[in-house]
Amino acid sequence: MSLEALTYTFVVGSFVIYIAIAFWSRASSTQEFYVAGGGVTPLANGMATAADWMSAASFISLAGIVSFAGYDASGYIMGWTGGYVLLALLLAPYLRKFGKFTIPDFVGDRYYSGVARVVAVICVMFISFTYISGQMRGTGIVFSRFLQVEIDTGIMIGMAVVFVYAVLGGMKGITYTQVAQYCVMIFAFTVPALFLTFSMTGHLLPQTGLGATLNNGMSVLDHLDGLVTELGFSSFTEGSKSKVDMFFITAALMFGTAGLPHVIVRFFTVPRVRDARISAAWALVFIAILYSSIPAVAAFGRINLIETVNGADNLGTPYEEMPQWFKKWENAGLIAWYDHNADGRTQYAAGDAFTGRQHKPIYWGAAEDKVARNFYSNQRHVVNPSSGEFDPKVQPFANEIYVDSDIMVLANPEIAELPDWVIALIAAGAMAAALSTAAGLLLVIATSVSHDLLKKTIRPQITDRQELLAARLAAMVAVLVAGYLGMHPPDYVAAVVALAFGLACASFFPAIIMGIFYQRMNKYGAISGMLVGLISTISYIVYFKFLGGEPEHWLMGISPEGFGALGMVLNFIVAYLVAHLTPEPPKHIQQIVQNIRVPRNSGSAYY
Amino acid sequence: MNPDTDTATQYWRRNLQIIFSYLAVWFLVSFGCGIVFVDELNQFNLFGFKLGYWFANQGSIFVFSALTIAYAVRMSHLDNEFDVHE
Repeated sequence: MSLEALTYTFVVGSFVIYIAIAFWSRASSTQEFYVAGGGVTPLANGMATAADWMSAASFISLAGIVSFAGYDASGYIMGWTGGYVLLALLLAPYLRKFGKFTIPDFVGDRYYSGVARVVAVICVMFISFTYISGQMRGTGIVFSRFLQVEIDTGIMIGMAVVFVYAVLGGMKGITYTQVAQYCVMIFAFTVPALFLTFSMTGHLLPQTGLGATLNNGMSVLDHLDGLVTELGFSSFTEGSKSKVDMFFITAALMFGTAGLPHVIVRFFTVPRVRDARISAAWALVFIAILYSSIPAVAAFGRINLIETVNGADNLGTPYEEMPQWFKKWENAGLIAWYDHNADGRTQYAAGDAFTGRQHKPIYWGAAEDKVARNFYSNQRHVVNPSSGEFDPKVQPFANEIYVDSDIMVLANPEIAELPDWVIALIAAGAMAAALSTAAGLLLVIATSVSHDLLKKTIRPQITDRQELLAARLAAMVAVLVAGYLGMHPPDYVAAVVALAFGLACASFFPAIIMGIFYQRMNKYGAISGMLVGLISTISYIVYFKFLGGEPEHWLMGISPEGFGALGMVLNFIVAYLVAHLTPEPPKHIQQIVQNIRVPRNSGSAYY
Repeated sequence: MNPDTDTATQYWRRNLQIIFSYLAVWFLVSFGCGIVFVDELNQFNLFGFKLGYWFANQGSIFVFSALTIAYAVRMSHLDNEFDVHE
C-alpha cells in the first residue's frame, strides 16, 4: 500500500472506532452526559485524563519547542506534569467528595453566591474556547500535512467526528473514546521514539538513551552542546532566561494545569474518593510516559537536523544530496532554504534566514508550480531572505535554513528511515491527541451552558430530559463556534494560550483551594480575590502582548506567560484580607467544608 | 451522618501533614533542583546528564509520578486507619 493509502486507512479506521465506542456507550441521562454516571474505573479515568490533557500541542509541538529552546523549555515539561501533583493532593479527592457536575457548581455552592457561579462560568468559557480553537486548528493541520487536504476541509471533518461522538455520547462516550485515543497516541509517539533512540545510541529507552555515550566517546548532551555553541546558539542544557522568570513561568503553568476545568471535571467521573486519588496517579504515569521521552526526541532531532544540513565536515551539504524528507517538508512549507553565500550547500546556524513577521519564509508561488523553483536544483524560491550578515567570531556561516519546530515530531520517522506504517501512525496519533482534547473541552462548555447557566441560574424548573437536550444543543453550537475559531484563528494564538493558563492559575486555583482548606473563607473574599486575580492577569498580558508593552518594563522581570502566578498570589492575599473584614460563612456552608474533607459517603452527594 | 468530629479533625490533621511533606519534595525537585540551584547541580554528572538539567527535564517527572502514587497508597491506609473509607 502507498503511504497515502496507509494513512487514510489508519485515520479513517481510528475514526470508525471512536464513533462506534461512542454509540455503544451513549449517554441517556444528564448524570451520564456530565460525569459518565460516576462509574468509571480509576485506570480508565487515568487514561482518559491523559488523553484529555495531552493535546495537539503536546503531541506535535512540544518536542520541537524543547529541541530549539533546550533547558529554557523545561518550564513546560515541569509545569505540565507537576500540576498533577497539585491536582492529586489538593483538588481531586475533595472535589470528588463534593460530588457535583462542574467547577462553577463548586464555586457557586461553596461560596453560596450566584455571582461567584457566573464569574466562574465566564472563566470556564474563555479558557475552553481559547483552547478548543487550537485543537480544531490542529486537526486541520494534521489533515493538510498528511493527506494533502485543505486545512479548512480538515477542520470540517474533525468537527463532524467530534460532533457525532461528543453530542451523542456525552461524558460517558468521550471517556471510552479517550481511552482508545490514549492508546493510539502513546503507541504513535513511542514507537518512533524507541526506534530513533536505538538507532542513535543503541539504548532501548529514550529516557536512558539521552544520557548515552555516542560513538565519538562523548555523551549525547555534551555532543549537542558542542554542536550548537559552535554554530552560535546558546548551550542546549543551560538556560538564557532569568531564574525569576523561569520560576514564575513554571509556576503559572503548574498551577494553571491544576485549575483547568476540562481536567478537573474528569475526577467527578470515578465512583469513590479513593479512586480520584488513584486515577490522578494513573493519569500522571500515563502522561509521564510521553513527557519523559520528549527531551530525548528533541535532542536527537536537533543533532540529526544539524548533521544532515551541515554535513560531516560542517561545511554544509549540497542541496541535491539532501534527503527526501527535507524536500518533502519544503513542499509542505515547513522548511525553507535561501543560499546566502551562493555555494549551493545548505547551512544551519544561529540567526534568522528570513525577514519579516516571525521570520517565516514567504515562498514565490505554490509548491506544484515548476516556474517557482530553481531551474537547476529544483529548490523553492523564497522572496524574503534576510541580509545574511553574521559575526564570524561567533559562528562559521550565516543561517540559511528555516525549520518549523513541528518538524521534530512529524518528520521523525522519515529521518530515522522507519517504515511507512509508522509515518501513517503518527498522523492517527496526532489526530487522536487533537480530537480527545477538543471533545473534553466541548463537554465542559456544553455543561456550563445547560447546567450552570440554564438549570442553576435561569430556569431551575426544567426537567432532566430538557436539560439533557439543552446540553446536546449547547455542544452542537460549541462545535460550530470552535470550528469557526479554528478556521479564523485569532492573530496571536500563543499569547491567547498564555492568557488561558494565566486565568486558570489566577482565578480557579485559589478559589477552589481556599474553598477546601480554609473554612473561614466567605463569598466576599472569594469573589474579590477572583476578580483581582483575573483583572490583574488580563491587564498585564494584554498590555505586554497586544498593546506593545516593552520587556524592559516587565514587573520584576516576569514575562506575561509567568504573570498568572503573581495574579494567584494577589488573589490569595486579597481574599484573605477581605474575608477577615466580613462575616464568616453560614453554618451549613462550614458543614459542607467539614464534610468534603472526609471520604465516606461520597455517593450521597448527588443521588 | 457526619463521622465523629474528633476523628475527623485528627484525620484531617494527619492528611495535612502528609500533604505538606509531599509538597515539600515536589517543590524541592522542580523549583529547587530544576530552577534555583540548577547551575550548582550542573557541576555534577549523573549517567551522562548534567544533574540540574536532568532534574528539570527527567528527574522531576519521575519524582512527581512517585509522589502521586505514594499519596494514593498512603491515604488509602489512612482512610482505613481512621475508618473513614467507603
